[in-house]
Amino acid sequence: MTSVGTSVARKEGMDRATGAAKYADDLRFPGMLVGRTVRSTIPRGRVTGISLDFDHAGFTVVDHRDIPGENTIALIEKDQPCLVNGVVRHAAEPILLLAHERREALVSANVRIDYEREEPLYDPTRSEQVFKHVLIEKGNLERGFARADVIVEGTYSTGAQEHVYIETNGVIAVPEKGGIALHGSMQCPYYVLKALKVLLGGAVQDIRVIQTETGGGFGGKEEYPSMIAAHACLLALKSGRPVKLLYDRGEDMVATTKRHPSTVRHRTGLTRDGKLTAMQVDVLMDGGAYCTLSPVVLSRGVIHAAGPYRCANTRIEGRVVMTNTPPNGAFRGFGAPQTQFATEVHMDRIAETLGIDPVTLRLRNALKPGDTTATGQKLGPDTSAIDVLREAVRRSGFKRKRTKLAGSGRGVGLALFYHGAGFTGSGEVMLGSRAGLETTPTGVRILVANTEIGQGTRTMLAQIVADGLGIAYEDVAVAQPDTAVVPDSGPTVASRTCMVVGGLLERCARRMSEQLNGASPAEHHVRRGRLHVEERYEAPPGRQWDDQTYRGDAYATYAWGCDVAEVEVDPVTHEVRVAKFTAVQEFGRPIHPAMAQGQIEGGSAQGLGWALLENVVMRDGAMANAQLTNYVIPTTLDTPPMDVVMLENHFAGGPFGAKGVGELPIDGPAPAVVNALRHAGLDVRAIPATPEALAAAPRLAPSRNGETAAAPPANGDAA
Amino acid sequence: MRTATAPFTLRRARTLEGALKILREEPGTVPIAGCTDVYVALEFGGTPGTGYLDLTPLASLRRITTSGERLVIGALATYTELQKSRFVRARLPMLVEAARLVGGAQIQNMGTVGGNLANASPAGDTLPVFAVADADVVLAGPDGERRVPFNAFYTGYRASVRRPDELIVAVEVPPVIGKQWFRKVGTRAAQAISKVVFAGVRGLETKLALGSVAPTVLRLTRTEQALNGGGGIGDALRALEGEIKPIDDLRSTAEYRRSVSANLVRQFWSETA
Amino acid sequence: MKLTVNGTPREIDVHPLKRLLDVLREDLELTGTKEGCGEGECGACTVLVDGEPVVSCLMPCAQADGCDVTTIEGLSGEYPLQRAMMREVGAQCGICTPGVILAAHGLVEAARKPTLERVREALAGNLCRCTGYEAIHRAVLSAHAERHGTATAAAAAAASEA
Repeated sequence: MTSVGTSVARKEGMDRATGAAKYADDLRFPGMLVGRTVRSTIPRGRVTGISLDFDHAGFTVVDHRDIPGENTIALIEKDQPCLVNGVVRHAAEPILLLAHERREALVSANVRIDYEREEPLYDPTRSEQVFKHVLIEKGNLERGFARADVIVEGTYSTGAQEHVYIETNGVIAVPEKGGIALHGSMQCPYYVLKALKVLLGGAVQDIRVIQTETGGGFGGKEEYPSMIAAHACLLALKSGRPVKLLYDRGEDMVATTKRHPSTVRHRTGLTRDGKLTAMQVDVLMDGGAYCTLSPVVLSRGVIHAAGPYRCANTRIEGRVVMTNTPPNGAFRGFGAPQTQFATEVHMDRIAETLGIDPVTLRLRNALKPGDTTATGQKLGPDTSAIDVLREAVRRSGFKRKRTKLAGSGRGVGLALFYHGAGFTGSGEVMLGSRAGLETTPTGVRILVANTEIGQGTRTMLAQIVADGLGIAYEDVAVAQPDTAVVPDSGPTVASRTCMVVGGLLERCARRMSEQLNGASPAEHHVRRGRLHVEERYEAPPGRQWDDQTYRGDAYATYAWGCDVAEVEVDPVTHEVRVAKFTAVQEFGRPIHPAMAQGQIEGGSAQGLGWALLENVVMRDGAMANAQLTNYVIPTTLDTPPMDVVMLENHFAGGPFGAKGVGELPIDGPAPAVVNALRHAGLDVRAIPATPEALAAAPRLAPSRNGETAAAPPANGDAA
Repeated sequence: MRTATAPFTLRRARTLEGALKILREEPGTVPIAGCTDVYVALEFGGTPGTGYLDLTPLASLRRITTSGERLVIGALATYTELQKSRFVRARLPMLVEAARLVGGAQIQNMGTVGGNLANASPAGDTLPVFAVADADVVLAGPDGERRVPFNAFYTGYRASVRRPDELIVAVEVPPVIGKQWFRKVGTRAAQAISKVVFAGVRGLETKLALGSVAPTVLRLTRTEQALNGGGGIGDALRALEGEIKPIDDLRSTAEYRRSVSANLVRQFWSETA
Repeated sequence: MKLTVNGTPREIDVHPLKRLLDVLREDLELTGTKEGCGEGECGACTVLVDGEPVVSCLMPCAQADGCDVTTIEGLSGEYPLQRAMMREVGAQCGICTPGVILAAHGLVEAARKPTLERVREALAGNLCRCTGYEAIHRAVLSAHAERHGTATAAAAAAASEA
């Protein structure tokens, strides 16, 4: 009996459907206080005075002076303070913390803060503070342009996106003997642990971080929880009592991270028959006020910026810069949706300019096994760009619809995309992830820090271990991610959980199998005691990566996707209805088909929202529409029927041939929809493509053969 | 919730007279029913009032009946009840449409017509319907009932002629002569606030109204005059341009509202021909 | 105030303006009903009051006086839609799931088979960020078939395996 490849019953059982699953706000501890964060109302300046105009009885008040270690939320850099010490660099920056037994007392407490304002910087093109700069070069760009018959330029931009996990950020800090336990909604318990150790210094000996049932993450709970955890811990330490700190929706939307807005410029040279000879890409991302994960977001963005295409002469340059807005951070896709949006819309504009259909253009240039990427990585048989493209075109009837729908106010468009699984380059080596497996009286227990956030981590890892050991899936338990119990298997991000951590567990299972010598784990446990094995990440032999030049094997493997979107544009209101969506994706093979399909459907819906509906309106450096009434995500009636095809191409370096699928699906929908809008006659190059934007978008003239044609190409682009 | 409600009071009305007495004797009392707006205000730290009066026990105000030729909709009728009512379906299908689109099922079960009127938002989805239907708002007060023509009910942004000691008890709708047409343009396909909301009746006389293009719901009298006076759609749109005053806000832009309003009038005109 | 919650009469002494959501979660310790937005937009707080779905974050508890309230805890745990939601992976992170189940409860109970469009409409007030809704629709339709015995033999066999 095998479990991998079947849609087994999930490890969580029925808890989510019965209300038994306990999320952070469902937990109570004796003597618990509730916390509140007082935040800056100016985008830049200095705090000149704080007055607490309320009766302090029963209140715990914390400011930066209460921080025993370093006043910072340690991540890549240590530039972000935990609490403002004079200098304010963004609106909603945390200044003061309060706790009280009763929430109503907290909300009534009147805190007045005086500021000296300074002129804020909002325009990334004018920012001089660069968090990260990356340059990727391959071949000879000038020669490439010299060989081109046609040069096409374009500028494309994407807006911020708010995660809107339905459960907002929330944690509970609980003093324990000699230390503190932090329970909460999060993706990466060890990130939180590391940040707390720096913040608390030697003042607290035993810190442990425990992930509670988490109601969605999407990257929004990758690094941000370290901040809210730090705040809760400070209040708990000062009061000596458990403190629950939860954000309401408005605070969560204003204060926490968002997807980096981007502007990407392309200059591309091609031969007359559509072969790429030169690709020059310039990427600018807005990082907000502090570094957080911006360097890594930029990194992934630029590595994917040339798209899944073969080009001998490529130059990609990227910068992520500071502005006086709340810091941006991880969001599913992590830079790749932004850059691939630009590439895919640009490819359709190239097709329009050359008078070649968009499928043929892509077939001519798509990466094949044996080709090298922009970083010089030579691709192997785990490369499926052509396969997903062909299948998506066939399945959706793309070519027929492209002719039939032209000029009708409807359109069909596609996007071809890819997504590297695991951390970039030497990232996995630096993480040095460890995964453990131990026997129990009834079977085995998985010991990893990777978290279930809806994507099925527990289930999928249990399937891998069950088949690895040849035991029943039901006999595999998964430990709750508690840093006191599980090793650091790395964060739950970067589409790495299955491939990297699942891979480690597969090795654990094999080693344990050898040691069991024919006995079942339970038998062994009962007769000979607990058996425990641990495996540590090792880079596959032969992989090379240079962090300085950004050349080499950027990722262990890539997943591949092609989306086709069919749209109708209402001529009265300019609203877009996505009538049908086809997603063909290759990610090795699904471990749990229904859950993998869920990732594709959910990621696609999130990508469609980003493309058409989700608009972060900033005023005075803060999100002004921070309510679900005014920041709208797709409802059931906004989401199209989806036709999902999961192609298999087993990857030797992944457990049972699996790669990663968590992020791939969100790379495709936005450019597919925008290319469909272009087919419908609207010259769109920026998202969100709201009805307001579409009402003002220039029209594209339909061409004679049913393919829309752009205005005659010039060497400069008036985008 | 960001507002501490512990210091506030909530009374539950037992009779209409009792409710009116409370409003008289305790000025500043906020009448509530479905709470779909009031509680959002409290959630974000607003304080509509410190004393609240829950009208929902007043069952007599939920009834939807007829009185002669007129449709009488009780102020506490919910959007769900409007859609189910055979009277509303027969006589005022554009109201059924408005109720269907006001929000998801949960909001439809809670929100009331009276609340939509009393909230007085220019984006209220039922307001253009009542405007073109030339309905009357029935108010109960210390001196008994009075009827105010709907189109004289609003005096400015979120302001109406309702006195603080009065309650909206019903909306009375005379027979609507002509084809009814309604369209809401929201921020998305469902559960959305209107960016523009339009109702029209095309009969011997054409009547048009728009929400979200002025401080109050707007009966498009000049546009109507152009059409009713034998003018074509071009004349109508020129008149429209002069009478609407849309703004930019968090949900949309003045330019979009302007352009879509014109498109809606055009669409209405061609679909009701 | 006196109300019936999941079939049990309860008497509680709380401020009348306290949200029904908070009364359920705090005073009655029924934490299955969730808060997602506090503005009635996401539907995670959906409960049935006298059989009708409402958003409990917008309801003063006084309005539930004398009413029959059903929360997710009031379903058996084996209700067809609960099983279908897990089987079809209509629940990923699960935070929207209790609200979705209660919002769809009426559709599943009604004899008439709902169209896909009807399912979408019934759930238009429930936001899900994980699933893209497809699996939720599949779960509701599958649950309806099971509830009314109209499932095919194959589907019934699959249902009993879950």
